[in-house]
Amino acid sequence: MDTGMVIIGAGESGVRAAFALREHGYAGPVTLIGAERHLPYERPPLSKEAMAADDPQAKTIADHQRLVEHGINLISETTATAVDRHARAVRLGDGSSLAYERLLLATGAAPRRLPFDHGPRMAYLRTFDDALAIRRHLRPGRPIAIIGGGFVGLELAAAARRLGAEVTLIEAQSRILKRGVPEEIAAVIDARHRAEGVKLIIEDGIADMSENSACVVIQLTSGRRLEADLAIIGIGAVAVTGLAQAAGLAIDNGIAVDEYLATSDPHIFAAGDCCSFPLALYGGRRVRLEAWRNAQEQGTLAAKNMLGMGEDKDGGEPHRFVPWFWSDQYDLGLQIVGLCDEGSHVVRRDMDNGAFILFHLAHDGRLVAASGIGAGMTVARDIQLAEMLIAKGVRPDAEKLVSLATKLKTLLAA
Amino acid sequence: MSNWIEACAADDIDEEDVIRFDHDGRTFAIYRSPDDEYFATDGVCTHEQVHLADGLVMDEIIECPKHNGRFDYRTGEAKGAPVCVNLRTYPVKVEAGKVLIAIG
Repeated sequence: MDTGMVIIGAGESGVRAAFALREHGYAGPVTLIGAERHLPYERPPLSKEAMAADDPQAKTIADHQRLVEHGINLISETTATAVDRHARAVRLGDGSSLAYERLLLATGAAPRRLPFDHGPRMAYLRTFDDALAIRRHLRPGRPIAIIGGGFVGLELAAAARRLGAEVTLIEAQSRILKRGVPEEIAAVIDARHRAEGVKLIIEDGIADMSENSACVVIQLTSGRRLEADLAIIGIGAVAVTGLAQAAGLAIDNGIAVDEYLATSDPHIFAAGDCCSFPLALYGGRRVRLEAWRNAQEQGTLAAKNMLGMGEDKDGGEPHRFVPWFWSDQYDLGLQIVGLCDEGSHVVRRDMDNGAFILFHLAHDGRLVAASGIGAGMTVARDIQLAEMLIAKGVRPDAEKLVSLATKLKTLLAA
Repeated sequence: MSNWIEACAADDIDEEDVIRFDHDGRTFAIYRSPDDEYFATDGVCTHEQVHLADGLVMDEIIECPKHNGRFDYRTGEAKGAPVCVNLRTYPVKVEAGKVLIAIG
């Protein structure tokens, strides 16, 4: 019997990989190492209105029983401190050591930090415990500052408004969601937040932040000064690469993996938010995705290749997924499939009740992305179809994309 | 004893499509397959509170509009992560152009 499979990181990607190893028939030891005290849980709800519940609960991915049934040994509240590639062993925080046949790094990402002293009134969101700490400050009529108009900040703004907090959101760029979201869609979200009573401050930076026992004081570069019960900082995330870097693995905006998700060491793989990988769909462009579905897909694929691929990559299955992302704010549902910046022009399909989808087409007419927004799940079905059109490399007739008389499904057959 | 309920007209559903049917506080999804057969399942995904009728039907699969959980709508079988709990299914018959489902 081999020494087993070790997975560092018990988030979406690591847990999915652990189960996928069993689904592919692997019978050796599977060990999952997680830093947190909780059972593995889903992170997307942490920033959403689920957090507005009186007593928010973590949405568990796998409970004890399922882990036991699948023979997955979860070591919680434990950090891996080093990877010894020569001995093929992981050293743990308690001083013990764990040998591996193949290792998966699913270490995720960590919030990008502001260079100010961090006290209890300056919060970052990554874990369920972070979310609970934030939740305690969200109270009717109380001022909350959110720094960063990305998805985490905007979703938290919606959750905080639901609880009646007075929300001010500060964005340094010229608009919210500058990275990866088309302006027309960001404008819908911007307008909705304002209508819901969020004060949006655009194109202003943070000059200084300090806190005392009563509040956090935020000095903006424009000279404005804000006080709040809590400042939530959501200015992006960075890949957690320390272990990989110390082990001498290649790093390139994340742990660099190839299309099989293998790192520069063929016995070590990486998946999820922590890795950058070549996206076959866009000519091998290297990207790093911070997305729930990507974490799932890569965890599954890494497990398959950890088992079925030789050191010369024979038998490996390459990555060929289309990136997909969603966000919920108030009753608005946004979905994006593909990478919008791959498009050179856009056509718009207007749907009922103000919902719309933008189709992003490349110079050669290929559909490379679709981004949509509307109430609830309005855009979901057409985004799913767009994903299939993108994967197939279809060059759809722009007029058909625009016209509601054309069912997108019919374009698949073409 | 089956309790047959009229859900919709047979031609309310396009081929290879799904509609939502609410009855007595419960939500169902009614499907018409590419082979012109009708099926019914619970209307909400087993992973999260999302209406499957907003999802996409391809062949015998319904894909949840939110997280792409996939089910075989003929049997209710969950086809893999993120869904691991099967959907409940219900008997369906078509009579005089009406779709009837038996809800227990």
